[in-house]
Amino acid sequence: MQFYSRRKKLIGNSQTEQLYGHCLQFYGQPPIENISLSEFETFAVDRLKLLKTVENLGVSYVKTSELYTKKLDAEEFLPGLNVRNCETDEYEKRRKDHISHFILRLAYCQTEDLRRWFIQQEIDLFRYRFNDLPSKNIGQFLQYNNLHYHTISIDEKKKLMDKLVTSSFAVSGSTVDGKDFYKVPFQDALDLVRTRKVYLNGGYVYIPHQDIVTIVLNDFRTRLSKALALTARSLPAVQSDERLQPLLNHLSHAYVGQDYSIQKSIGKISLEQIDPLSAKSYPLCMRQLHRGLRDSHHLRHGGRMQYGLFLKGIGLTLDQALQFWRSEFVKGKVDADKFDKAYAYSIRHMFGKEGKRTDYTPYSCMKVILSNPPSQGDQHGCPFRHSDPELLKQKLQSYKVSPSGISQILELVKGMHYQLACQKYFELTHSVRTDSGFSLNHPNQYFMESQKLLGGPGAGVKVEVKREDNPATKPPNPSPHQTPGPGNLPQEVAAEITEDLDSFFQDA
Amino acid sequence: MTTADYDQASLPDLLPLYYRRLFPFSQYHRWLNYGGVTKNYFQNREFSFTLKDDIYVRYQSFSTQNELEKEMQKMNPYKIDIGAVYSHRPNQHNTVKSGSFQALEKELVFDIDMTDYDDVRSCCSGADICPKCWTLMTIAIRILDRALRDDFGFRHCLWVYSGRRGVHCWVCDEAARKLSVAARSAVAEYLSLVKGGDETVRKVVLSDPIHPFITESLTVVENYFSQYALLGQDILGSKEAVDKVLALLPEDILFLCATFHMIFGVHSVASLLAKHALMKTAFFNQMTAKKGHYFEMEIMLQYCYPRLDVNVSKGVNHLLKSPFSVHPKTGRISVPIDLRELDRFDPFEVPTISLICEELDQPKTEEEQDDNMENENKKEAGERRKMRDYKRTSLAKYVKLFDNFLEEMAHSRKGEVLKNSGECNLNP
Repeated sequence: MQFYSRRKKLIGNSQTEQLYGHCLQFYGQPPIENISLSEFETFAVDRLKLLKTVENLGVSYVKTSELYTKKLDAEEFLPGLNVRNCETDEYEKRRKDHISHFILRLAYCQTEDLRRWFIQQEIDLFRYRFNDLPSKNIGQFLQYNNLHYHTISIDEKKKLMDKLVTSSFAVSGSTVDGKDFYKVPFQDALDLVRTRKVYLNGGYVYIPHQDIVTIVLNDFRTRLSKALALTARSLPAVQSDERLQPLLNHLSHAYVGQDYSIQKSIGKISLEQIDPLSAKSYPLCMRQLHRGLRDSHHLRHGGRMQYGLFLKGIGLTLDQALQFWRSEFVKGKVDADKFDKAYAYSIRHMFGKEGKRTDYTPYSCMKVILSNPPSQGDQHGCPFRHSDPELLKQKLQSYKVSPSGISQILELVKGMHYQLACQKYFELTHSVRTDSGFSLNHPNQYFMESQKLLGGPGAGVKVEVKREDNPATKPPNPSPHQTPGPGNLPQEVAAEITEDLDSFFQDA
Repeated sequence: MTTADYDQASLPDLLPLYYRRLFPFSQYHRWLNYGGVTKNYFQNREFSFTLKDDIYVRYQSFSTQNELEKEMQKMNPYKIDIGAVYSHRPNQHNTVKSGSFQALEKELVFDIDMTDYDDVRSCCSGADICPKCWTLMTIAIRILDRALRDDFGFRHCLWVYSGRRGVHCWVCDEAARKLSVAARSAVAEYLSLVKGGDETVRKVVLSDPIHPFITESLTVVENYFSQYALLGQDILGSKEAVDKVLALLPEDILFLCATFHMIFGVHSVASLLAKHALMKTAFFNQMTAKKGHYFEMEIMLQYCYPRLDVNVSKGVNHLLKSPFSVHPKTGRISVPIDLRELDRFDPFEVPTISLICEELDQPKTEEEQDDNMENENKKEAGERRKMRDYKRTSLAKYVKLFDNFLEEMAHSRKGEVLKNSGECNLNP
């Protein structure tokens, strides 16, 4: 496959018409034109946002349900990439759809995990668009892509009526009359043949419209899978282009949203608050790291990076950070001198005070989940991704998460929805529902959202979070060092509410 | 002509004769060459030989028909298997970079073995067969051949007697040869209705809706059922046998069955038929009225429906016994089966290697003298003699069958070529 080429080429109108002749495509041909770097980035980021939305909705709703479709319809990015409407011309949107897909291929072809994720979202997006196509556009699409699936005539349907009805559980006489039936070579519908769920004659299967989608999707999946494998081979050449490399790396590790490098609450957290905060507002990964640090007075490099940058993100200053780490390490095997020599440098480095002075951004969930998996003795990583499920269960039990909550979390983990699992953890520990709120992408986001709910100092920028009216959702006991503000409750009331909270967890 | 007694010990003497004067090399090569349409198709085909003393050699391959002949005449294999067409010559597979040597194409094959029916046949078991249970093979061939032709659209299916206790099918259509592992497995699953091993009692389970394939297959089974199962296999003839049938029935029917069994305990043809008739009227009507009970069909299918080994059909590289090879234990030649005469096929009439070698020694008849004169000018002496030779034996009609099969395939290929070149095909 020819990957993204930056050679100049004149494209006439007729050619582009041919290229974008249909609103929906299999992305068989890579784009061949010039675009600016900024367009390159914008296109890619927009599509990534779209795919992430597809991912989130895909877990919360059944993918073919009306609710799902409605929600996806409403997505703001979709209009920009909205190529569902085949009637109107919309050349620009089709072009954007086309180019953005290919750019993301470059970013997502490198590892098995990335490829799997990308393929899954693209398939879901394709299914959503395909289901939206009116009948004649489907025929056009099939023809356009050399899929020799023809509908059978009304006469043929009459002749085969009995056979069609007895072959398929979902097909009744009225279905045969009302829906289109496609004649497909049996090699393209193996699953239906294998289970005898379809009428087979002369080497062709007769498929009702609703099943054609499955076949087309399987075709799409196979093509995309092969294409990604090929792209991965061409990748070294692309990565050597300096302009593209940082962009592509950023895309594959990025989530799209804030990067929490600007700390709006800088200096508002004191060191004494860290312990209680770790119990209340830390995501599980950071809670684990903090626990590990307190217990062994040491963290390995991966853990220091992940946790250290997180602390920066929640508002610790460089001096605070130095003090924090030194005080802990000194309790262990490291004396003050050694700390200053060996570890202080790297902390300053994190804050951009050494070396090339890059102010490193705290790791996003994607980064934590996908890169640098922990090995024996490490505490970093994402517990939902990297912990053994049994251990994870025990940990959640020790943090007083309800049994039903734990099984919900484990289900999500089994389905590889680690961020959603963390979000569920958030919901359970804060007794709220977040499905109409934020979508978890970053540990610092978790912290901020938590602090907002609890009215704590680390809240930073205000963001809307809907809450159910439920006595158990009143904020529990805030930290004792907090400056008075909205949401602070007198001690006795707070204590009462904490009791309610406990019993809530026990009953569940 | 009586079948000459076959003794496995005489194979070393018979095989050289067989491979030198009887084996139909010309037709064999014509088959596997498939019209020479694909380059190196014959050259890249794997053969395997089992030699004397059970020495097994794989990855044999040949450049020409002549080379194949010479090698077989030299090695005198006891058994010959055919494998896949590979990406490179199999006999050079060690020189190919690892991973590059791949099986590309092969006929879609099926292997029906009588031992798989041991739980439902009472006349024989294991490697034995008799005219009574051979009907199972007849049923199997009818059902599968129909499905392969009508449902899957395959047109060139060669059915071959395995030489002892079963039949093989070689589906030679181009589309069949190109099928992937997944596709072969899907075809085999589509054709499978009897599932489960020793621990499974009820091996056929039907549910709504009944797929047309099952309906068609049942029609075939029903044609043979009375004669085969009730009479031949006597499945209701003894208490043991009846119990086996009863084991397949749902509980509420069992009660009724037990009652009828007591009434018709006497073993006689009349009572058997009466039983059958009764079963057909009393319960079965009641049962068909009851939705979801297909036990009558299930019983018939369990006793008669073809049992195929999915693993044989799945693998592109699977090796299967070659047509016209000898079966060392019985001496019988693996001959093609004439589907037009299927009900008359008798595995015990299939020529053995000793028979046909004996037939070679018979003096020439007058007809053959005349044929000799005619063909003098046409071909090389050696080939002429060979052609005459098998014609003098019982092998002749089977080679003719094979010829017809090859002729049909050639005809199809020509039709394809004409179609692809856009010309109009005037043949009916």
